Amino acid sequence: MNDRESVLSAVRAALAGVPGSEDPDDIPLPDNPRADHAGPDVIGLFAERAAEYRATVVRVPAAGVAAAVGRALARTGARSLVVPPGFPEDLLPEGPWTRLEDAPPLTVGQLDGADAVVTTVAVAIAVTGTVTLDHGPGQGRRVLTLLPDQHVCVVRADQIVPDVPDALSRLDPCRPLTLISGPSATSDIELDRVEGVHGPRTLDIVLVVDA
Amino acid sequence: MSGADNVVWLGTPAFPQAARTALADTQLRANLRRATGTIRDKRLAVAAELEDWEELRETAAAVKRHTLRHLDHHLLRLEKSVTAAGGVVHWAADAAEANRIVTDLVRDTAESEVVKVKSMATQEIGLNEALAEAGIRAYETDLAELIVQLGRDRPSHILVPAIHRNRSEIREIFRREMGEWGRPAPEGLSDDPRDLAEAARLHLREKFLRAKVAVSGANFAAADTGTVVVVESEGNGRMCLTLPETLITVMGIEKVLPSFADLDVFLQLLPRSSTGERMNPYTSLWTGVTEGDGPQNFHLVLLDNGRTATLADEVGRQALACIRCSACLNVCPVYERTGGHAYGSVYPGPIGAVLTPQLVGIGSDIKSGAASLPFASTLCGACYDACPVKIDIPEVLVHLRAKAVEAGRRGRRLPTVEALAMKAAGAVMSSPRRLAAAQKLAGLGARLVARDGRIGALPGPFAGWSASRDTPVPPRETFRAWWRRTRRPAHADSSATVEGKGRG
Repeated sequence: MNDRESVLSAVRAALAGVPGSEDPDDIPLPDNPRADHAGPDVIGLFAERAAEYRATVVRVPAAGVAAAVGRALARTGARSLVVPPGFPEDLLPEGPWTRLEDAPPLTVGQLDGADAVVTTVAVAIAVTGTVTLDHGPGQGRRVLTLLPDQHVCVVRADQIVPDVPDALSRLDPCRPLTLISGPSATSDIELDRVEGVHGPRTLDIVLVVDA
Repeated sequence: MSGADNVVWLGTPAFPQAARTALADTQLRANLRRATGTIRDKRLAVAAELEDWEELRETAAAVKRHTLRHLDHHLLRLEKSVTAAGGVVHWAADAAEANRIVTDLVRDTAESEVVKVKSMATQEIGLNEALAEAGIRAYETDLAELIVQLGRDRPSHILVPAIHRNRSEIREIFRREMGEWGRPAPEGLSDDPRDLAEAARLHLREKFLRAKVAVSGANFAAADTGTVVVVESEGNGRMCLTLPETLITVMGIEKVLPSFADLDVFLQLLPRSSTGERMNPYTSLWTGVTEGDGPQNFHLVLLDNGRTATLADEVGRQALACIRCSACLNVCPVYERTGGHAYGSVYPGPIGAVLTPQLVGIGSDIKSGAASLPFASTLCGACYDACPVKIDIPEVLVHLRAKAVEAGRRGRRLPTVEALAMKAAGAVMSSPRRLAAAQKLAGLGARLVARDGRIGALPGPFAGWSASRDTPVPPRETFRAWWRRTRRPAHADSSATVEGKGRG
C-alpha cells in the first residue's frame, strides 16, 4: 500500500463514527449575521488604517496622480523606476529616473538594483488598510513589487471595499494574489517592530478621489 | 534514510525537570515576561475592535470541526484542484517519507541548497537535518528562524522562535556565525533591532537572488480551488514563493479548508490572534503554477505524521483545528515562566501539551517525555479564551491525563502511592462520617507539622506536593462542626440570625 492509500485509509478509519448521511460540503454554521467593521467612511478608514501601518498615504484628484507619484519618488530620490506592462501612461510623471520595462522580463539582478516600482492594485481593504495585487495589467509579475526598495501604488476610491470578505469575493482565486499591509516588518527581536526587512522599505499609496 | 523526527526532541528531560532548569534562568524569564506581555496587550486591543469576535470564533470552529469530520473528502478535492492547476501532490505517512520526497525533489533539480520559509511542519519532521544528510544546505530565511539556525539552537515559540533571545545575544550570534553561512555581519554591528534586521536583510538577499528551490509550509489550502496560503510579515516568504524555479510546500493534512470563501473568517482571526495586528504585512496566495510568474514547478506534500492517530480520538481531535497563531502560548502562565524549550517539542505551550502527546502517541510513563506534557498546566483556561478556533485545550488536557494514567496503570502490577491515595480519598469523600473523622485527624496532624499557620515540607510520598507550595493549616473546626455547635434547635424561627463565632 502506498502512502496515499495508507493516509486516506487511516483518515477513514479515524472517521468511522461520522454518519454517512452527513454532507461534507454543508457546514452547519452558527447563524451569525456579518457585522460591519468599516462604518460609513470606507475611504477615510482605508487611508487611516494604511497610514497606521507606516504606509505613506496621499489623497489626490484624478488629475493629480502623476504629480503625486512624482513627489513620492522624489522624496526617496529614486533613480530607477520599474514600470509594469499595462500601467497607464497618463499616471506616470516625468522625472530624473531611468525607466525599466519588464519586456523582455527583467533579471533579478536588474530588479535588485532598481530603486522603485509603481503599480495599480486589484482591490483595497478599508478595515485592515490592505492593498491587494492580482498581478494583472498595471501590476506586473510578483517579483516586480518585491525587490525594489520603494513601492508606489495607485488606488482608486472605487477599488476600496469595507472588509476582508468583500475583497476575497472580488478576487479570482486562480491568479497569484498578494495582500500587502504596510512595508515589510518584523517583531522577531524582543517583539520590537522594525520596518523594512526583506520586502520594500517604503510603501506609498496614492489614493485617487474624485474632487 | 533517517530523518530526526522532531515532534519530540529526543534526550530532553520530562517537563518538570526541564521546567526547573528554565525557571532558574532569570534572563529567559525577563525576556519572556516582556515579550508575552507586549503581545497580549496588542491581541486584546485588536480583538476588541471587532464586536463580533466571538461569532467569528464560533464560525471558524464550526468550519474546522466539519472539515475534520470529512477530511478524506476535502483532501481528495484539494489533490484534484492542485493537480488541475499544474501542481504535483505527494502524500507522506510519516516524517521519514516526507523527508525522502522532499530530498528526492531537490536532488532532481541538481541543486545543493534551498531557501526556506518558516514552517512548523518542516521543523516537526526534521527536514533540515535530513537534507543536510543528503548534502543539501537549507537556509532559514525568517529572521527568528535564522537566529535559531545560526545559534545552533531550537525554536521556543510557534510564532517568534527566538523569543528566548535578547538583542545582545542576537548580536553575538550574528557576529560569530553569519560568516560561516554566507555574507558576514557588518563591522561594528550594534544591538539595535533595526541594525540587526538590516544585517539579516543583507545576509539573506544574496541567497534569495540565487535560489533555485524553496521549501515552505502552508497556513491554509482551499480544496475547491487548490489555492495555498502563506501568511507572513517580513517578505522572506514572498521571496521564497516567488523567486525560485521550484517550490515545495509541506503541509499537515489538517490545514485544508473546504473552500476559498472560508478564508474570509480565518484571515480576520489569524493576524489579530497571532501578532496582534489587523492584518499581517504580507499574505501570498497561489494556485498551482502561473506561466511567466513565479515557480514553474510546484509540489505539495501532504503530511500525516500522527495526525490521523489524533483524528481517531473524538475528544483530542479538536487539537487539529489549530491554526498555529500562538495566542495560547502568550496567555499561558506556565509558558510565560518556563519558556518553550521545557516542553521538549517543536510545539510548545498549551497547544503543544495537547498536540505533541497525540502526534507521537501517549506513552505509559507520565514522568517522561510527551506523556508528561498534559500535566504541564494549571488548567486555568486562559488558552481556551484566547484560541481563535475555540479549541477547548483544558478539556483535552484532562482527557489526555486520564489516558496517561490509564496507560500507566496497565503497564504496572502494583498501584502507585498516588493511586492508593486517590482510592483512599475516594472512600473518605463518599461518606460524610468518614470525611468528618478525616478532617478532625487532618486538623490535629497538620498543627503538629505547621509553622506560623503554614505547612512547609511534607514527609515521604507527599514531598512532591509540598516541594513547590505551602499549604495553609486546616482550621480548628470544620464548618459542619461549627454549624452543629452553634445553630439553634431545629424548631426555631428560621429567619433568626445565627450567633456565635467560628471559622468556616
